[in-house]
Amino acid sequence: MTQSAAALRPVVSVENLHVSFVMSDATVAAVNGVSFELEAGKVLGILGESGSGKSVTLRALMRLLPPARTRIEGRIHVAGHDITAMDEAALREVRGTKVAMIFQEPMIALDPVFTIGVQIAETIVRHEGVSYGAANRRARELLDMVQIPSAARRLKAYPHELSGGMRQRAMIALALSCRPAVLLADEPTTALDVTVQIQIILLLRQLQQELGMAVVFVTHDVGVAAEVADRIAVMYAGRFVEIGPAEAVIGSPAHPYTAALLTSTVLGSMFGQRLEAIPGMPPDLRAMPEGCSFAPRCRFAENRCRAAMPPEFALTAERTTRCLRVAAREIEPAGPRLDESRAAELSGTDLGGPL
Amino acid sequence: MSEAKVAAVTAKVGSRPGRCGPSTEGREPIGQAQPLLAVENLTKHFPLKGGLLNRTTAVVQAVDGVSFTVQTGETLGIVGESGCGKSTIARLLMHLIPADSGKIVFDGLSVGASDGLSLRELHRQMQMVFQDSYASLNPRLPVAMSIAFGPFVHGLAKPAALRRAMQLLEAVGLDPLLFANRYPHELSGGQRQRINVARALALEPRVVILDEAVSALDKSVEAQVLNLLVDLKAQFDLTYVFISHDLNVVRYISDRVMVMYLGKVVEIGPVDRLYRRPQHPYTQALLSAMPSMDPKRRTREAPLAGDPPNPISPPSGCRFRTRCPFAEGVCEAVSPVLRVPPGEELCLVACHMRVPGSGHSRAAKE
Repeated sequence: MTQSAAALRPVVSVENLHVSFVMSDATVAAVNGVSFELEAGKVLGILGESGSGKSVTLRALMRLLPPARTRIEGRIHVAGHDITAMDEAALREVRGTKVAMIFQEPMIALDPVFTIGVQIAETIVRHEGVSYGAANRRARELLDMVQIPSAARRLKAYPHELSGGMRQRAMIALALSCRPAVLLADEPTTALDVTVQIQIILLLRQLQQELGMAVVFVTHDVGVAAEVADRIAVMYAGRFVEIGPAEAVIGSPAHPYTAALLTSTVLGSMFGQRLEAIPGMPPDLRAMPEGCSFAPRCRFAENRCRAAMPPEFALTAERTTRCLRVAAREIEPAGPRLDESRAAELSGTDLGGPL
Repeated sequence: MSEAKVAAVTAKVGSRPGRCGPSTEGREPIGQAQPLLAVENLTKHFPLKGGLLNRTTAVVQAVDGVSFTVQTGETLGIVGESGCGKSTIARLLMHLIPADSGKIVFDGLSVGASDGLSLRELHRQMQMVFQDSYASLNPRLPVAMSIAFGPFVHGLAKPAALRRAMQLLEAVGLDPLLFANRYPHELSGGQRQRINVARALALEPRVVILDEAVSALDKSVEAQVLNLLVDLKAQFDLTYVFISHDLNVVRYISDRVMVMYLGKVVEIGPVDRLYRRPQHPYTQALLSAMPSMDPKRRTREAPLAGDPPNPISPPSGCRFRTRCPFAEGVCEAVSPVLRVPPGEELCLVACHMRVPGSGHSRAAKE
């Protein structure tokens, strides 16, 4: 370890985060005890299916949840600020300057009645107190930075005048306008075509390295997580069931849910093979099961799995899982291991140049 | 229900005019193995109105001269980026929108022609499943009624139609006792999509068009529905046209794959051939843009820059030339036609590089 101590100090630290939504007839437990730390310059990928609580976790980091009906418990520290203890005015200062977010749908996230340039410049003037002239110059630099061609002209464009990929780049420029230390990305490539998706992924990876940002990247796509994340957290029913280095989590999944998710994901040439789907459905977040929330769908489940939610067991220094049986070394959930033959299969497409 | 009754119901719902209905008059000879579905030169342009007198100011060339065939029992996958015309093709096949020109021949019968197949009969033989499982079901009908509606409209008595719905619920893995009387909002996305599949099968069609049918589902549910589709295909002798933007899913389910770009077919071929040795530069780019699935072998460079161009005014000649790394003068001047490349038999490619003597520097000399 040659990195300096400063680089290793976590810029995001979350301890035992619980988020629930209180409704008239029920309380929905969306996040049920999430803890993680993230250092500057690192990317954490949160992988999960819809309703697993990944987006709620992300929004809790900026407290972008409706205050009247949301209950947030636990500690959230982002860039040295205690997010849970702040009032709205202080939060407004932190949002944008220390932590910023990009969303799945730039068309909804951007204001349709102002040009891209005005929206970026306004943000810079609001947070940094510079003149509009200086802010406009910086907006131009930002569009260059996110590789939007003919930036000067595009500053005067309204969101609807841009293509999907360009809008996503413009939103990234807006998010980065005040040089945040932490970037939160909520499925930013999901609505894009595959050829544009890879461009945005590469751009985010490049900017993240150049600017030394910490990124929390939420996605439902294993492939996207494998492309961007240093570490991957797999989320199920509001908890991280597994967290560890990306290669380890994808190469040899520890938790039965991760393994099942990977085997049910269609990959490479599996024609004629039967997919190993996960039976059943995720639990009802209004009435969570007593024990492990995956137990009702897990083929390894035993009685003690249903008794209480397993705590996080450390498998290695960097890896934890919430599975009693894996921790006791009783089972080894066999996921699709990326051994040599499989890797060869995946890269089996012969793209060796033009014909 | 007695077996004889079931058989009678099935016979009535499933009477197939292609086989026992209208005689073979009006059939068109297509070759030795007659495809179940043959599409010739299909074109659909959407005019954009605007200006002072609401005149046509531009034309979206959604589908432009597309030809392909689907054999009985096979699954044809259609892939391409948004705006390439894949969903328009699905709607044209179903005659939900009229084509500008071109011909659709179903089982030797020209659709819509006076001596051919009526639309009513076509819809009996060909059904469709849409992406949005909620929007495509009537929110005020219990799902069993939604399934029974088609057979009922096509002349089956209501009790028989409902019995058929129960059988189909069973076939798509939903317990009829639990689910028959539920409304769409009481079901999960995966369950709703199963209902849509059951409804599509209610008229015992021979072809099912699946337009992004699993795209909105979570991965674990997607696998369940894909397994179901594979089972149903064998059980009911179905032929699928499977439209998706997910290249992995298309590879899994298809026998042959058609790649589209801006309203044109650029390549069509057997699935393994196409994925292992893509011929068209666009197909190559599309496949190498897929995430690597392996953190140790991450993608280093995007294969294509920019977004797909607007189908309103597509480039002249080859429509891919503005993003193609190998584009030359000939690509701008001449629009390449789909043809069998040298050394191949089962593929068709529309690229000047694969035509000997086309004038492209990378093409073989004649």
